[in-house]
Amino acid sequence: MLKRSSSQKLESSACGFHCIKIKDISVNAGGQLIIDNINLHIHCGKITAIIGKNGAGKSTLIKAILGEIKHEGTIEFTDLRNNAVSNLKIGYVPQHMNIEKNTPMSVYDLFAAYISKVPVFLRKSSRTSKLINEQLRVFQAQDLIDKRVSDLSGGELQRVLLSIAITPIPNLLLLDEPISGVDRNGMNLFYQNIIKLKTDYDLAMIIVSHDFDFVRKYADHVILLEKVIIKEGTPEEVLDSEEFKSMFL
Amino acid sequence: MKGLVIYMETIYEIMENMLPFSWMQYNFMKNALLAVLIITPLFGILGTMIVNNRMAFFSDALGHSALTGIALGVILGITNTYLAMILFAIIFALVLNKISRRKTLSTDTVISVFSSFSLAIGLVILSRGGNFAKYSSLLVGDILSITAKELTYLVLVFILTMVFWCFGFNKLHSVSANETLAKSKGINCNLIQDCFSIIIAIIVMFSIRWVGILIINALLILPAASSRNLAANMREYHLFSVIISVFSGISGLIISYYFGTATGPTIVIVASVIFFLTLLIRSLSNIK
Repeated sequence: MLKRSSSQKLESSACGFHCIKIKDISVNAGGQLIIDNINLHIHCGKITAIIGKNGAGKSTLIKAILGEIKHEGTIEFTDLRNNAVSNLKIGYVPQHMNIEKNTPMSVYDLFAAYISKVPVFLRKSSRTSKLINEQLRVFQAQDLIDKRVSDLSGGELQRVLLSIAITPIPNLLLLDEPISGVDRNGMNLFYQNIIKLKTDYDLAMIIVSHDFDFVRKYADHVILLEKVIIKEGTPEEVLDSEEFKSMFL
Repeated sequence: MKGLVIYMETIYEIMENMLPFSWMQYNFMKNALLAVLIITPLFGILGTMIVNNRMAFFSDALGHSALTGIALGVILGITNTYLAMILFAIIFALVLNKISRRKTLSTDTVISVFSSFSLAIGLVILSRGGNFAKYSSLLVGDILSITAKELTYLVLVFILTMVFWCFGFNKLHSVSANETLAKSKGINCNLIQDCFSIIIAIIVMFSIRWVGILIINALLILPAASSRNLAANMREYHLFSVIISVFSGISGLIISYYFGTATGPTIVIVASVIFFLTLLIRSLSNIK
């Protein structure tokens, strides 16, 4: 799947008319500037990859876009067809969950709590169950619905989290790629799913990635981050640049 | 007040007819049993998320803050002890949440510092002039002293908690799994956490007089901890936790009647034995 050459970028089913403008984002924590003056233009149907060393501010940027941490700057979401500004719906796939081993929480519980008003401790709603099953099926995770979340493998958890992130379908999907806990097969499946999202859905994606092969093959735009944007452009432009080489090689 | 007396007498009569045991002839035992029936399900329910959120230390600190609440009530001249305790516990809980969120110190450290400080203040004030003996019953509690009026408070607390649980549980559950993800789904994490803390504060304060400061946390934690060893999902988690909690409460009350022991600690012993049994069941099923 990953052997496609970089010139054959996949066609997307996205309309291409939605534009997300991230302007002048800075985060200041405890007197220290973590990220400074980040500007990004993102279009639906495109994958933007953020790469950089540990502590470069990648996760901070994601959290700033989500509005979880205090930041300067603005995020605008425009429909280019009529220039209408609308509310940006953001989906998020976290790196890991805060669920201890032995926690009696099934995939249904985790999922239903986000999308249903029926308290999950009271009863299992068959309507919600059906919807969850359909959404899990998108990422071949339909067999996991009654499994405990703490018993899932890293790859299985990723697929469940992907399903949760696209229910309902967001305009922008933020993915914090797992560093550990997912094996090679799991990673390949994860990337196939990302590509499926790109081809089948009308959404933009920002991926914090540590896999430069994946970035080279499938990203449309790459950002090399180290507090500020050091280099950005097509995968070739960034991954073959002096800046990238001096940082990673 | 008169309405309450008539109401209680009807309930007493029903209880005597349904439970023809010798210990049932005393009104204080009937009150105690009613209290157990109202409050232990709540302990079982709240415990599930206290354990999930790793808040055991937090609820323990809240229990200790009861003494401080009473002490401040004495100083400020608030005659209603419950009011003083609850107000202080709520403020205490919200301040703890606020400081923990800053993440400058680890949560354990913050709670420990505040808990010791407030406990010490409470003890110093209450022990002025050697009067502490008056309050020492709070440490182990006395369920047999519970009155009909206090029972109505418990019923109100029960309703409040159930309403919060039905409307807020899904959100609380999401926040506990991953805060950032919950936020991306539009959940106000801080608000939900604060509401949960306030509910814990209220329940702890209303139960502390008969359970006792030293062991109230055990009753919140043990049923849920036992249930975790058996349950596979949230529904089982709640169901087992409530059953274990109510069972420990009732059997502890009856055992303490026949052996003349303090009720709170007796309940804790029953709950602990159940915990070890569930642990055994879990390790046996893991071997298979």
